[in-house]
Amino acid sequence: MQLWSRQIAAVLRLEMKKTFFSKRSWWIYCLAAMPVVITVLHWIIMSRVRNGFGDRHRLGDDSIIFAGLFQFFYLRAVIFFGCMGIFSNLFRGEMLEKTLHYYFLTPMRRELLVIGKYLAGLSVALVLFVGSTSLAFLTIARHFGSAWTDYLYHGPGMSQLGSYVLVATLACVGYGAVFLMCGLFFRNPMIPAAVVFVWENLNPFLPSVLKKISVIFYLRSLCPVEVPVPPPFSVMVIDADPTPMWLAVPGLLLLSMILLAYTAMSARQTEINYGE
Amino acid sequence: MSESLISFANVSRFYGEVLGINKVNLTIPPGVTSLVGPNGSGKTTLMNLMTGLIRPTQGEIKVLGISPEHPEQLCKFIGYCAQFDSCPKGLTGHQFIYWFLRMHAFTPEECQRRTATALERVSMTAAAHRPVGAYSKGMRQRIKLAQSIAHEPKVLVLDEPLNGLDPMARAETIALFREWGQNGRHVIVSSHILHEVDQISDQVILLSQGYVVAEGEIKGVRDEVKEQPMQILVRCNDPRELAARLFQQDHMVEAKISRDRKGLLLRTSDADSFYLLLNKVVLESGLEVESIAPADDDVNSVYQYLIGGDGGAV
Repeated sequence: MQLWSRQIAAVLRLEMKKTFFSKRSWWIYCLAAMPVVITVLHWIIMSRVRNGFGDRHRLGDDSIIFAGLFQFFYLRAVIFFGCMGIFSNLFRGEMLEKTLHYYFLTPMRRELLVIGKYLAGLSVALVLFVGSTSLAFLTIARHFGSAWTDYLYHGPGMSQLGSYVLVATLACVGYGAVFLMCGLFFRNPMIPAAVVFVWENLNPFLPSVLKKISVIFYLRSLCPVEVPVPPPFSVMVIDADPTPMWLAVPGLLLLSMILLAYTAMSARQTEINYGE
Repeated sequence: MSESLISFANVSRFYGEVLGINKVNLTIPPGVTSLVGPNGSGKTTLMNLMTGLIRPTQGEIKVLGISPEHPEQLCKFIGYCAQFDSCPKGLTGHQFIYWFLRMHAFTPEECQRRTATALERVSMTAAAHRPVGAYSKGMRQRIKLAQSIAHEPKVLVLDEPLNGLDPMARAETIALFREWGQNGRHVIVSSHILHEVDQISDQVILLSQGYVVAEGEIKGVRDEVKEQPMQILVRCNDPRELAARLFQQDHMVEAKISRDRKGLLLRTSDADSFYLLLNKVVLESGLEVESIAPADDDVNSVYQYLIGGDGGAV
């Protein structure tokens, strides 16, 4: 193994150990579990009351319910805040605990430290959020029994699951890069996080030019099921042409890489100042 | 520029408008060097600068010929036990040392060996597998020290390393510093406790308000303080007679006879002339001299002369 890869591997493993198994991350686990809890409850409740709905409740309805849950709750709240908790703490948490200097005193390039920490955060985020996306999707319509199995294996189910996994992955990649940078630059990353949160949630109501300066716009373009916006919000929504997949995916990856490169270059200039 | 020295060339560091250190020119040879000065004098700034944790506002620093701008080169050779009483949470003492050694890209086996050696050196082997969060302050200090020496650095920088240590651990740690200094390494220590600095140091750097006010061997620094009369303690059978004879000379400033009537504490503005005179007086008078020793060439006295204040524990 090359020197740089051994050093990245060491940071990755140490951070995984600290991030994955730390008590202070309990709320991120709860956050990741929430959609699964919701879909499991939906499955259980619908299994009991399904007879009362008769033919009115269709499998397609659950597909739209999941799409709504994914776009409005999962992407905008769970993954957003989960990534904020994981990535902004990678540097800011070390500064608060006054332990960042231990990393800076190792003979590794700061750029590699940024990459190692980012990969560690990304690994944790992917396991938690892609894992819970998949679990939530697989359980949302379990009450349809063999029809759901058929939908998954012979219908569009697996393709939709693949799309949701891709979107969740890209969300972790994109928001991860944003919040890693926030954690290095801002003493209180909650402030930029709040600004990004408002911006991302205003997205449907923004003019089409401004819409494109956000992560959620590209992620929504990749979602497999369109969610109709209910009135009265529907009248305020401004339509914009969705970005094609061939542009959205590399575009988001490129944006993330630019943010990471900037963070890495800035880490080289970062000084230890714990505010004492 | 020698590659065995640490050098500061006209180095200044400001925190906004607040002065950290100003126009520092220093050359630190191998051995144990103590940084002495009151709070805010610039000791930690100097240490952070030489380890690359902060950068100078102006000037140039070289540590063994390497600029701290290149931590990937410098940190192979430097270990820093910083003043912060903090260790990464969720790790045991062993893991703390082991994982940071892995970032040096040693093999896992080498990391295990070095971790075990470092733990043994600070007598922490028994507690190595307990979480760092459960350690006492003294244990945290020792594990931090172990972490800073685990990669066998040529330059060891220690900010208040004896804080929180019990007397036994202090003695062991001081012995460790001496051993490292004698092996031709740089050991740079900051301490508030001056009598400990005296025990440890080969040379001393006195700082005050961001300026280096003196540097070198403690005795040499004392000799440079010309304006302060030197104190010399002479123990003999008749201090009163000795004082009377010595006071015929102009350079004698003050004399005090000790309570046991056997010691005479003299203050002279010209030490060289004093010693010549003393030889002459002793030969002529037939006084029996038991001992002659400088009474103020320790760090404490030098510190008081140069910086003022209480030298015991700043």
